[in-house]
Parts: sequence; C-alpha cells; structure tokens
Amino acid sequence: MKPGTGPLLRVAGVVPGLWLAGFFLLPLAFVWILSFGEKQGLVAVDIVWTADNYLRALDPLYLGILAKSLWIAALTTVICLATGLPVALGIVFAPPRWRPLLLLLVILPFWTNLLIRTYALIAVLRTRGHVNATLGWASELFGLPFEPLSLLYTNTAVVAGLVYVHLPFMVLPLYATLHRLDRSLVEAAADLGAGHLRVCITIILPLAVPGIVSGSLLVFVPALGSYLTPDLLGGPDSQMIANVIERQFKSANDWPFGSALSFLLMYVTFGALALRSLSVRRPAAR
Amino acid sequence: MRIPPGPLEFTRRTWIRLVLLATFAFLYAPIATLVAYSFNDSRRNIVWRGFTTRYYERAMANDGLVEAFGNSLLIALAATVVSTVLGAMTAYALWRFRFRLKPLCEGVVVLPIVIPEICMGVAMLVFFARIGWPGDLPWPISLSRITIAHVTFCFPFVAVVARARLSRFNDELAEAARDLGAGEWAVLRDVILPHMRPGLVAGALLAFTLSLDDFVITFFTSGPDTVTFPVKIYSMVRFSVTPEVNAASTVLIAVTVTVTVVAMWLQNRTRPGAAP
Repeated sequence: MKPGTGPLLRVAGVVPGLWLAGFFLLPLAFVWILSFGEKQGLVAVDIVWTADNYLRALDPLYLGILAKSLWIAALTTVICLATGLPVALGIVFAPPRWRPLLLLLVILPFWTNLLIRTYALIAVLRTRGHVNATLGWASELFGLPFEPLSLLYTNTAVVAGLVYVHLPFMVLPLYATLHRLDRSLVEAAADLGAGHLRVCITIILPLAVPGIVSGSLLVFVPALGSYLTPDLLGGPDSQMIANVIERQFKSANDWPFGSALSFLLMYVTFGALALRSLSVRRPAAR
Repeated sequence: MRIPPGPLEFTRRTWIRLVLLATFAFLYAPIATLVAYSFNDSRRNIVWRGFTTRYYERAMANDGLVEAFGNSLLIALAATVVSTVLGAMTAYALWRFRFRLKPLCEGVVVLPIVIPEICMGVAMLVFFARIGWPGDLPWPISLSRITIAHVTFCFPFVAVVARARLSRFNDELAEAARDLGAGEWAVLRDVILPHMRPGLVAGALLAFTLSLDDFVITFFTSGPDTVTFPVKIYSMVRFSVTPEVNAASTVLIAVTVTVTVVAMWLQNRTRPGAAP
C-alpha cells in the first residue's frame, strides 16, 4: 500500500485530530492546570503552581476513601470473576444452538441504561422492597418473626450494584478466551482420569488467564471510577473517590482540589492499565 | 436412562447450571420487576393490584419528562451523525496513514473510552466554564455543550468498530480500482466506504445508545434548561421510587433494546458476502 498523501487523507486525519485536541485534550489540560491552582473566593482560582491540592489528597480522610474505592473495586472484580468463570464455561460448552441466546442474555442488560438498572436495584433492595417482601412472606409462612433487613444504603448494596452492572464485562472476554480453547486438552486430561473440577482448575483456569486479565481490567477500571452506584445505593460511609470529586465541583465548590483528585484517579487507572500491558508482555519475553 | 455428562459437557453439570440460572435471575429480576410494576395499579409499588397504563399517561403528561426525552433524542441523533463522520475519518486515516507517531495517535483516540467517566465529565465542566461558552442560548443550540461532550466519547467507539472492519479489507480491490483509473476520492467513495458500511452502521447505533444512556458526563454539562432523560430520571429517583419513574424507565429500555436488536439484526444480515 502506498503511503497516503492526498488532500482527502489529510482532511480525514486532521478533522478528528482537531476535535480531539479541542474538545478532549484541551479540557484535560485545563483540569491539569487547575489542579495546581489555589481557590480565591467563590469562583476565582489563581494558578500559582502549588502542589497543595495533591498534598491535601494525601490527608488520611481522602487516602482512606481512595483505599476504600480500590477495595470495593477489587472485591467487585473478584466476585465478577467467581461468577463469570462458571457462566462463561457454561456458555462455551452449551449446545451450539443455545449459545447465541445465552450470549444475548448476557449482553442485553449491558445495553440497558446504567441509571435505570441501579434504580431497579433500589426498588429490589429498599426496606419495603422485593427482597424484604419475599423474606417477610417466607417467614410468615413458617411462622417466624421477621424484621425487615436494611439492605440499601450499605457497602454491600454498592458492591452488589457494581457486580450487577459490570458482570457482562467479565463474561464476554472470558467467553472469547474459552471459546478458542483447544478442547483436546480437556479431553486428554479427562482420559487420564482427572475429574471435571480438577480439569477446571488445572487445565481450563491457566488457559483462561488472558481472558481473566482483560475481564478483570474491564471490571476494575470502571468500578473504581464509578459515581452513580455509590451515589444511589451507598450510605454516608460508602462514598467512593468519584463522589468526592463530584462534590468538589458541585456542592463544595473547590475546583482545584477536585481537579487534583480527578488526575489522581486517572493516574491510578493508567497504573492498572500499565500492569496489564506488563502481564501481557511477560510471556513473550520468556 | 440418564447419561452422565461427558468431560466437555460442562453445561450439563448441575453446579454450572445453578450458577447460570442464578446469574440470569440476578441480572433480569430487577429489570423485570421494574417493567412489571410500571403497569401495577398501586402507588406503593410492592403488591400487585391489577393492570393499568395510568402511570404511562401520567409520565406523558409530565412536561419536564417529555421535554427531557425530546432533548435526549435530539442530542443522540446529532451526536450519532457527527460521531459517525468523525469515526469514519479516524478509522480511514489510521488505516491508510503510516507515520512515526501513529501508536501515540491510536492511544489518544481510545483515551476517551479508557479514562473514568467522572474525569471526562469534570473536564467538560471546567472547559465550558473556562472558555465562557454562553449558557443562555436559544433552545436547540443550548444543547450544543452536551452534544459536543457526547461526540467526544462516542466517536472513538465508532472509530474502533470501523477500524476493525477496515482491517479485513482486501487492498487488491482498491488497487484494481486505481488501475482502472479511479482517483483517490473515487476509490474511497466506490470501494472503501461500501466496505466500511456495516461497521459504520454498527458504530452509529452504538453511538446512539451510548449517547441516549449517558448520565455522568451529561450530568456535568447539562444546565437547568438543558435536561436529558437520564438526568431527569436521576432527579426523580433521588426524590423517591414512583411508578412514573418505572414507566419512564420502561420506555427508555424499550427504545435502547429496539435499537440494539435492530443493530444486531443489521449486522447479521450484512455479514455474509458483505464485501462487494
């Protein structure tokens, strides 16, 4: 192929480039510069190139929230992995005519609005919601005393909501990896007397590692930066880093600090992505 | 007699079946109850008291909700058109161009997909405030802030999908066209664009649903007079769980699921023998 030089190609390259520069990189640059600023009065900000905003983020209060966000995102990833693996396995080894339907069932919730899915969970989890109604009905049936559980506005609700939203992100890459798996390996292991659980652990699991890595990343990164789920399902102590950022820009009105936090979140995200490219490169180096 | 599951028949293992069943129940039960209770004739929304479409009528009579829905559709349409054009250009340029900084450019293109939504929303808020984008424009133009933000995170998705489609392009077709005297524009219009079309259609529908569904980034770019459907639902949800919200949500679910199913159908239809 000849390297393109025509005016057409130049237009095709320049227009999206300008859009990205003007409406994406420039806004990010504004936030980056703002993160070194100092708040003066209600709206005014002086860019004094101070690191105070970043130092303030190292305050135990905010470090704690960051640690909590990391912990919630990690827990979400592990739960998604634990459920996603058997689900992907079940779909891969399902009869071929069932497979598209099962895959569609996994993908469809992903196309449903995030806010609406979270709202649906509120209706299920709230004190007078469906879970408590079912439990109450069941305990009445057995004549047991029943106290409605407070499920909503807890950390558990946040993790449940994040798993609910991100599970398809885990199942799809796992499915893609397991689909390409060499089935004769599984058959060989079974021929040599391995039980099906042993086959899962010693044969399938190691071969699924690429899918596990990309699935985990696809869950961990958005879960870490999630705003809506902790906002709607969480209580006062289940704030995640995105909620703190939002507060700096809306109610607390401290844009420089919010900008610094927002860039810290981005650095952590890039760190997670860099870890992945390391883990991808390692087998090639061997 | 029941044959025990073979070594590869994991789907017949009871525990796998249980996990599959539990997962699908977990994924669908909340949405199913939401849809079902939008037809429930009870305000308390917990006991079934008979079928009604009253809450749909009430949602239709809610001017703010209807206006927000119109705004959302308009923004999604505009964002889809611009994103598809920009995405097609990006895919074409990244596919044809050979230059040293190409890996960097490819990285920057997917950056809007990768960075946390909240960071993107915040960046848009700061950007429009700093450049002094007028906030009191007349109606359709007042939606431009949200539309620009939506295009910025939608067109990389179109570019990725279209780029994947282009990587399966047989360059001999373009060479044959050139040998027959076609100029660059003619090759693009008559050979490359027809090949890209399924990818562009899929990308456009993806952009449409992404724009229609977005909450976080819109939340930071919308003003009091420019409210989209998800932002409106959010303010209603914060207030309380009501059947009207259920009805409005059901409408949005129906729209996105329809668009998705149409997209999948179009893709399946064009897959065999799609390349002309």
